[in-house]
Amino acid sequence: MPNILVVEDSPTMRQLIGFAIKRIADAKVIEATDGVDALKKLSTQKVDVILADINMPIMDGLKLVSLVRNNPSYKSIPIIMITTEGAEEDKKKALAIGANAYLTKPIQTQELMKLVSSFLT
Amino acid sequence: MEKETGILKKAEEFLQIFKKGEEFTKDLIKENERLRFRIAQLEEAIRNTGNEEKIQLYEERIKILDREINSLTERYRKVEEENKDFVSKYLEVETENNNLANLYVASYQLHSTLDFNEVLRIVMEIIINLIGAEQFTIFLMDEKTNELVPVAAEGLSLGELPKLKLGEGTIGGVAKEGVSYFAENPGENPDIAKPFVCIPLKIKEHVIGVISIYSLFTQKKAFSNIDYELFGLLAGHAATAIFSSKLYTQSERKLTTIQSFLDLLKEKPKR
Repeated sequence: MPNILVVEDSPTMRQLIGFAIKRIADAKVIEATDGVDALKKLSTQKVDVILADINMPIMDGLKLVSLVRNNPSYKSIPIIMITTEGAEEDKKKALAIGANAYLTKPIQTQELMKLVSSFLT
Repeated sequence: MEKETGILKKAEEFLQIFKKGEEFTKDLIKENERLRFRIAQLEEAIRNTGNEEKIQLYEERIKILDREINSLTERYRKVEEENKDFVSKYLEVETENNNLANLYVASYQLHSTLDFNEVLRIVMEIIINLIGAEQFTIFLMDEKTNELVPVAAEGLSLGELPKLKLGEGTIGGVAKEGVSYFAENPGENPDIAKPFVCIPLKIKEHVIGVISIYSLFTQKKAFSNIDYELFGLLAGHAATAIFSSKLYTQSERKLTTIQSFLDLLKEKPKR
């Protein structure tokens, strides 16, 4: 059963992303409200894909990506950024520090499901 | 001498018989050849007769197969059309499903709390994350002064936003008429007085506020059907959620005041 970690400060977005992820066969959603919460969840549970927002309190999504990529235990986990930042330089920056994909809000559910599924196969 | 003559006669007779035998044999060979030729002719005729029948059979079979191919091609074409139809219906259902999920989540979140500030935060989250607005304001109607007071803003400084009179400008007009306003395109430099979209927050016909949107995120090029559904949902559900939370906060405050008053009354009078 694949575990998907959704790192979002917005409960609305967490619920919406959770709805989409649960439609992927057997996928289980683990929720985290910020980068620090995400690292706690990573230390206790096996995670197959991380979906992370960029703008979050306490620890933002970019900091989370760099910490995950520098940790030998988690560095191979695919990370998909989901953000309102639609500028090309924001996307390049996120991909340069180790994000695998970059989606902008408002999200297209089908696109998100396809992307997550592609990292699970 | 007589004996020699008899032998010669016999020899002559034998030769005669032999010649007759030879002729008979030649006749037999001829007849044999004729009959062989005839058999060959008949065999050829029989063979030819069989081929025609076979050809006829094959032609018939080809016709049947042709009809089958045509019928299968037609069925394949129909199935392909049905398949295309199913794919397009599946995509429609998927889109509808996703839209319903968006509306459900927005509605669920709006009614998940009775905290006024929390409700405002949820309305803002919906406008940012589900609609894709970059700059917007939420105005609430002050019933005493008949003014629209800005209570929340994104991408704009809340402190710098003015109060607006009912019926004044686009926002005031939407609050007065209770009808949504949609401009063709957002302006290059957003002007507070000229929003791109204006949604009245209504409880039945009573307008309690207005959401005014000035710009969208760069990646959001245009509104889709679900956005209009969300605007409709915000107009009703956000209004109810804001109004209920406001009433709840007020009643909580009143309850605290009454409770404090009762506590004071219960205290023993000091001498």
